[in-house]
Order: sequence, then structure tokens, then C-alpha cells
Amino acid sequence: MLTFIVRRTLWTALIMFVITLLVFVIFFKTPGIDPARAIAGRNPSPQILAEIRHQFGLDRPFPVQYALMMKRLFITRDLVSYSNQGQLVLPEIFAAAPATLSLVFGAAVIWVVMSVAMGVAAAVLKGTVFDPLLMILALIGISMPVFWLGEVTNLITQSRLHDTFLFSWVPPLGYTPFTQDPLRWFEGLVMPWLTLSILYIGFYARVLRANLLEIQNEDYIRTARAKGLSERRVLLRHTLRTSMITFVSLFGLDFGVLVGGGALLTEVVFGIHGVGFLTYLSLTNLDLPVIMATVVYGAFFIVLANALVDIAYAWLDPRVRPT
Amino acid sequence: MAAVLEQPGTAATHGPEITGRSPWALAARQLWRNRIAMASLVLFLLIVAVCLAAPLYAHYVAHDNPFATNLTGTTIVNGKRVPLLQQGGGVLRLGETPVGPTWDLRHYFLGADSLGRDVAGRVLYGGRTSLEIGIGSAVICCAIATVIALVAGFIGGITDSLLSRIMDVIWAFPVYLLAISISTVLLTAPNGLQVGPLHLVATSLWLPTLIIAFIYVPYVYRPVRGQVLSVARREFAEAAIAQGASNLRLIFSDILPNVVSVVIVLLPLMIATTILTESALSFLSIGVQPPNASWGTIINDGQDLLYTRPWVAIAPGIMIVLTVLALNVLGDGVRDALDPRAKLRVEG
Repeated sequence: MLTFIVRRTLWTALIMFVITLLVFVIFFKTPGIDPARAIAGRNPSPQILAEIRHQFGLDRPFPVQYALMMKRLFITRDLVSYSNQGQLVLPEIFAAAPATLSLVFGAAVIWVVMSVAMGVAAAVLKGTVFDPLLMILALIGISMPVFWLGEVTNLITQSRLHDTFLFSWVPPLGYTPFTQDPLRWFEGLVMPWLTLSILYIGFYARVLRANLLEIQNEDYIRTARAKGLSERRVLLRHTLRTSMITFVSLFGLDFGVLVGGGALLTEVVFGIHGVGFLTYLSLTNLDLPVIMATVVYGAFFIVLANALVDIAYAWLDPRVRPT
Repeated sequence: MAAVLEQPGTAATHGPEITGRSPWALAARQLWRNRIAMASLVLFLLIVAVCLAAPLYAHYVAHDNPFATNLTGTTIVNGKRVPLLQQGGGVLRLGETPVGPTWDLRHYFLGADSLGRDVAGRVLYGGRTSLEIGIGSAVICCAIATVIALVAGFIGGITDSLLSRIMDVIWAFPVYLLAISISTVLLTAPNGLQVGPLHLVATSLWLPTLIIAFIYVPYVYRPVRGQVLSVARREFAEAAIAQGASNLRLIFSDILPNVVSVVIVLLPLMIATTILTESALSFLSIGVQPPNASWGTIINDGQDLLYTRPWVAIAPGIMIVLTVLALNVLGDGVRDALDPRAKLRVEG
């Protein structure tokens, strides 16, 4: 197990190195790109361009440029946004993180509960009309673009049905920090949570159902039944428990992706000023330093989450542990 | 009772001859019998046909140009001629509001957008773009992944581990972040991308197509390489080697035909994924660039009109949902037909 952890950690470090290298090459070395002009934002003055060329060492060799960039990203953390009058980039990202975490945590709770309920219900009710019905619902959930679903939700809850008793409690778009007003925080996040979770409810319900049906034919399930265990106990203690291995590993990956920037579209549509929203704002200004920083930090978070999932997985299920 | 006894006799006298069928024929028959999958195939083809007919609609039915700004135009609602952009609509009664849906195919069926352009025509043209990029990038992605997987799986050794590690790195890079980085950088390039003889300007549809194709390569590479490895070790491949078959012959007549089914199973699901990705990138204004339109850019246009003229944003979304749903259902059907044990899934 220790060898596995060491090897996985080394691999993670290598991946992170390659990702920073890849991001660097994409942003600085793409043919036809002048990185100084790209960093400077729209209509830069010649002084600013010269300053950027000097700061990022653009007239020096490739490894120096890379090292300078990494130093500013991770050690001195003094990357500034030129489109935004010298605003420091990294503190801005860390200030936006709580909003993203609130959004993703809440959505994750909803999608885990709902997808387990749907997946188990569909597997248990196989052969009845409810199984295909639930699976069609799941497919529709997978097929909807999340930003469009968010806009339709806004249309209904903010405009068309806002004056009825159904949605009059929905506050205007935006994010209220938990420390400021917990009730408002909750009310403002209900619709974003539901919108973000629908795709994952559909996806996980389908995976779980397929997994449950596959496991039902295993020998040890037959043994459990032959021992005279109740159907309920077979389902909860044997079938569901085994399918949870796949479920948990998928969950870790998706959670990492969402916190690392995947919740971008939901944040944009609901005006939640999280990390994804910051990326979006910098996209509309083509504010490269911010995009670079959010991409690198987001990717790091995801790679780290993947590594933790793999280690947890190997710990839970010795069969996948390479020797 | 008599009928039951009679049956074996009739079957014995003129029973059908048992004929061999190829696995492809069996799979096709299985798919043909899957009513839901066939219905979704018809729906998908219908959407493709309607979107391809966009110029016909604009020219012969709506008599307008859905790409030309038309701030002073008029249209006919309930027999009365009204301006396309009306002063003081909306909640605040300020500014201009475009005309809403007339539900008349000849006159601004879905209304106009904030530049007075025909939304119905734009949705059709946008669909053409979205489908082109979706299908194009999925096909390119599957082709590249298959070639790399064949090379890696067939040669093995260091080539295999090197290629697989490269794929692992791209896989580890979150899809949207990778797409966002590449798209933004290419959009800042004043003269577009120039690699050797290849020259792409920022408004070219090839740009989003290639970016989306690139980011999904590892998702197709992994299952295909697995299949190549397992096929290359089967008895018929060994038999071919024993008979002195050349490497090329081995790849093209023994391995490739057994790998194609994997790609065919993945293709509809990949198209569904790439269409969703394209719409998301275009919504973020880093996918399809004006003057081109796609379903994603139209939803983006409709964002400002959401509470006054919601159909601008709703209509293209409905088209996306229908298309992607049809492809997902079709993909499930193809998988049931070709891969009954459902080993292949698009993870992501």
C-alpha cells in the first residue's frame, strides 16, 4: 500500500508539472501569438508592453520564462491583471472560492441522495413500467445543457412565476456569504443546486442501475440469497455496498472537476461570484493572467482530487492495488 | 389443443433453412427491432434535414436574411404591419424590444433578436453549424484516437507506454479548462493560427471543431486501445501471424474490423458530448465566432432578452436537448446491439 501511495504521489507530481508546462506552452508559445500583447489586455500602451516583456522575461530563453512564470504563480503570487488595473490575481481567486464550494457541496448532497434513490428504484423495479420511465428521465437530465436549464429556471422563478406563492421566496440572482446571512445564503442557492445536480443525478442513476443489475448475477449474491437473507438485506449489505465502489470513485472525480472550475456555467447563469465566474469575466475581457491562474489552480485541484480518489479506492478495494 | 399439436409437424415439413448471418447483420437486425432507438434515429435525421434546409427556409419561406442587422424592418402580426423593434417594451418600458414570436412561419416565426434578425432562421442556420462541429469533431476525434490506439496497441513496448502516458496527461487536464485555454489564446492571435501550410482565422469553424476533437481523444483512445490489445492476442491473430501475414495485413484485415465496432458504439455518444461542449463554449463566447451562429451563441444572444422575449434562448436549447437526447438513446441502442454486455461507456 505504501509503495502504491508513493508511486501515485510521484505520478501526480509529474502530471502537475506537465500541466503547468502545457499551459505555459499554450499561453506563451502558440504560433502567431504575442504573449505580451495577450497579457496586456485590450489596447495596451507601448510602455506597458515593454514592462510586461521585461517582467515575464520574454526576451530570455524558454526555461527562464517558464521558471519566472511559475515563480509568480506559486511562490511570490504577485501576478497582476492588466485589464483590471493591476488587481492581484491570486487573492481574488481565493476570495471567490467559498462561493464555488457552497454551490458544489450543496449540489453534491442533492445528486448523491437523488441518484441513489433513482438508481436503486429503477433496478428494483426492473420489468415494470417505472424502470424505463426513470431511465428516460435520467437521459433527459443528461441531455440538457446546464446553462440553458439555468436560464429556463431563472425565467420561471425570477420572472414568470415569481409573483406566485411557488417562487416568491426566491431572492434575486447573486450570492450571499453564509457568514452574512445563512437563510439568504440557502434561499439563493436552492435553484443553482438543483440545476447543477440534475445532470449528475441522471448520469449516476444510470451508472448505479447498470452496476446493480450486473452485480445481481454474481455468485456471492446468490449465496447471500441461499443463506436466507431478506431481499432488503441483500440489497443494502451486499449489492449496493459493492456498487458504491464505482459510485464513490466517480463522485470524487466529478466533485474535483466541479470545484476546479467545472461549475463555471452554473455560476455564470446564476450570477454566483465564484472561481468559475471569475474565469468567465476574464474570458470576456481576454484577461490572460487570470485565465492562466484559474486554469492552473483548477487543474491542480482536480489532479489532486483524482490522486486522493485513487488512493482511497486502493485502500477500500485491495483488488485494484497493483503489486 | 389441436393447434398446439399441429405446430411441430408444420415446422418439420417446411421449416426455414438455417442460414448463417454475419455479426453485423445480427446487430443491424437487433437495432432495427429496437423501436425507441429507430425513432430517435428518425428524429435525429429529421433535425439534420431541417437544419440543412436553413437557406431554403430563409429564401423561400421567410424571405429574409437571418444574418443581416435589420433595425428598421417591419413584419406582419395578425394581419397588421408592425416594426421589428418596438420602443419601450419590457418591464421598465425603456429601450427597444424586438418583436415576439408570431407563430407564423412566413413572418418571424420565433420573433426577432435585439438586432432585428429572424430567430427561426438563425436557429436553423445555427443548428447547421452546431451539427457540423459536433459531427465533425466527433468523427475526427474517433479517427485520431483509433489511429493512435492501433499504433500503441500493435507496436506495444515503449511506444505504447509513451503514447498512453501522453493520453493520461490530456485526460488529467480538465476538459473545459483545456478548451478554454486553447480557445482564448487562439482568439487573441491577430492573424489566427498558422501551423505550416495550415492557416486558420479566428472565425473559422475549424477552430472549435479541432479543439473539441483534440480534448476528447483520450476518452476514445482508452477503450479502443484495450480492444486492440485483446484482439491482437486472440487465436485468429496468431493464426494470421503463423501464416506469415504482414503487419499491415494484420492491422487492416484482422485487428481493425474487430475494433471498428467499439468506435461505432462510441460515435453517437461522442457526437452528443461534442454538441454539448460546442454549445457551452459558444455560450461562453469562446466557441463559434460571429458572423457565424450556433445554438450556443443564440442562447447567449437571448440572455439579455430572457425575461422579455424568452423564445430567443429557449428555442435553440430545445433543439439541443432533442438532438442530444436522440443521439443518447440511439447510442444506447447501438451499444445494446453491438456490445450486449455493455462494457463500453463514455466516462466523463
